[in-house]
Amino acid sequence: MQDAGRAGFIEFGLSKGGAADVRALAEGAALLGQSPFMAALEMAGTGGVFSASAPVRIALTGAPMRATLDGRILRWNAAHRLEAGQKLHIGAATKGIYGYLHIGGGLATPEQLNSRSAHLAAGLGGYLAPNSRLPIGPDPALEAPNQYLPTPHPRFEGGEVRMVASAQTARFEAATRARFEATRFIRSPQGNRQGVRLGFEGAGFTAKDQLDMVSEFMIPGDIQMTGDGTPFVLLPECQTTGGYPRIGTVIPQDLPIVAQAPPGSPLRFHFITAEEARASWQSLAQICAGLSRTTRPLLRDPRTMPDLLSYQLISGVTAGRELDIEGDIDEN
Amino acid sequence: MTPEQPKSPFPAIAPMGVDGLLVRFADTLSESANRAALGFRAALAEAPLAGVEEVAAALASVYLRFDPAKSSYKTLHAALESRLRQPWQAALERPRRWRIPTVYGGDHGPQLAEVAALAGMSEQAAISQISATPLRVMSLGFAPGQPYLGLLPKAFDLPRQSALTKEVPSGALTLAIRQCVLFATPAPTGWRHIGQTRFKAFHPESDTPFPLRPGDEVVFSPVSIDDLSRQPPHMEAAP
Repeated sequence: MQDAGRAGFIEFGLSKGGAADVRALAEGAALLGQSPFMAALEMAGTGGVFSASAPVRIALTGAPMRATLDGRILRWNAAHRLEAGQKLHIGAATKGIYGYLHIGGGLATPEQLNSRSAHLAAGLGGYLAPNSRLPIGPDPALEAPNQYLPTPHPRFEGGEVRMVASAQTARFEAATRARFEATRFIRSPQGNRQGVRLGFEGAGFTAKDQLDMVSEFMIPGDIQMTGDGTPFVLLPECQTTGGYPRIGTVIPQDLPIVAQAPPGSPLRFHFITAEEARASWQSLAQICAGLSRTTRPLLRDPRTMPDLLSYQLISGVTAGRELDIEGDIDEN
Repeated sequence: MTPEQPKSPFPAIAPMGVDGLLVRFADTLSESANRAALGFRAALAEAPLAGVEEVAAALASVYLRFDPAKSSYKTLHAALESRLRQPWQAALERPRRWRIPTVYGGDHGPQLAEVAALAGMSEQAAISQISATPLRVMSLGFAPGQPYLGLLPKAFDLPRQSALTKEVPSGALTLAIRQCVLFATPAPTGWRHIGQTRFKAFHPESDTPFPLRPGDEVVFSPVSIDDLSRQPPHMEAAP
C-alpha cells in the first residue's frame, strides 16, 4: 500500500517513502475525482486477483498491466465499476514496473506516522498477504460515469531525465559532469524502491577528495556515486543519510521516469537551471487538478456486452465524435 | 600587521534538489561542527522561516525543505545568511538528559575486551570513561530513531572492523571512531559490540515515536544483568 508518503521525519532516520511513481497517484485520483493523498495498491511487476464485498469503483494507472473483470478486458488508465463478488485479475506489466490499483473512497487502514505507506526498511506495513481484507472508505461518487485518461505522460521505457545541481555537484570536475550528461546509461537489473543502479560503458564518475566525507542527508532523486564511480539514482525509500558524493538531483517531475524504467531501458540525464526547475514544478494537488481537466467519459463497446438486449439503445441522436471504445488493452 | 587568515569556506549554503537547502559547517566530523549544526537547527526551530516545512540536523550540516509555492532558494539563501550572522550558538544550551542502563562486557558486550585492549586500558577503565561523560546524540540514521553519539576520548578512535559481525541485537551498544551507535533493530555491523541495553529507539504506535532527538545527551550507566530488567531507560532532565 502506498500513498504520497510521510514527510517530516528525515531527522529521525525515517525517509518519506511513498509511491515510486507519484504521478500515477495523481492520475488515479483524477480518474476517481478524489484526493491524490489517498492510499492505493502499488503492484511491482505484476498484480493479483481482487474482489470487493460491495460495489466499488476502481482506477488502474502506472505501468500498463493486463486486467480483466470476470474475463472481460479492462482498459488501463481508466476507472471501472466492480459489482460485489466480481473477480479482477491483474497480470504482468507490459511496459514499466509499477502499476497502481486505486479504490473509490480510498483504502481505510489505520495510519502510522500520518501515512498508510508501507516502508519496508523501517518495518512499517509490508507486502500484502494472500487473502488480506482491506477496509475501504465511503465513496460519494459511486454512481459517477467511468472516466479514462487519453494521453498519460509517457514514462515507462526510460528516456531523458532532468536534474539540478545540488550541494555536492561542485565536488565533480566540469569535465566529469559534461561526460555524465553525454553518457548513454541503461537501467541495470539491480534496483528497488530505495534506488536503481545505472549501467554504462567507460570510466566511473568520481569526485575530487572522495574519501572520508561526513554523512549528510540524502533525498529521493539524488544521484550518488559509489566507491568505483557507479551511479545510483535514489528513490523514495532511500536511507536518510549517506557518505557517498552526489553529482546532482533528478527533479521530482522526472523521477517517475527513473522509477518506472525497466532493466535494460535507456536513461540520459541533463542539468537544468534552478529557474527552469521552478517553472516546471507542480505540487501533487496541482498535477491532479491538471489531470482532472483532461479525463474523458469511457463508453462500452456493444460487442462485449452479453446483456445487450436489456438496454434501451436509442433515445436521441448525437454527432458521436466524442465516443471512445472500451475493450482494448491500452497501447499508450 | 597580522597576516591575513584564509577565509573559511564554512558555513556554506547550497541547494538540495528543487525544494531544499543544505547549510554545511564542515566536511569532516568534529565536536564543534556537530555543536554548530545542532545549535543552528535549534535556533531555526525557535524562529521558523516562512515557507520552510522541515528542518533537520545531521552530523555537520542542517537541511531545510521548503514549499516552492511559498518561497524560493534565493529568498531562503539570503535569510539563512542573515541568520548565520546573528548569535545562534546559545540555542543548544540545555539539552535533555537520558540515563540508559547498560550491561557492559561479557556475553552482552563480547567485544568490550578488544576495545579496551586497542584503547590501551583495562576493561574497567574503558567502562568508566565511556559511561562517565554524557554522550551527545549527534545524528539519527541508518534505521528510524537510531542514534550516533559522541565524541568519546581520543583513545577510542578505533576503526570499524573490516569483517562484519553477522548480527547485533536491537538495543546493542557499539563503538568505533570515537562514537557509539545504539542499534534500533538487529543488523550486521562493523562497529564493536561493547554492551547491551533495553532501549527501543522507535515506537511506531506512540505519540512520541522517536524518544531521542539530535542534541539530547545520554549516560550509558553500568548495571548488572539483573538490574537491567528492573531499571528502564528514562529521561532525567528536560530544559
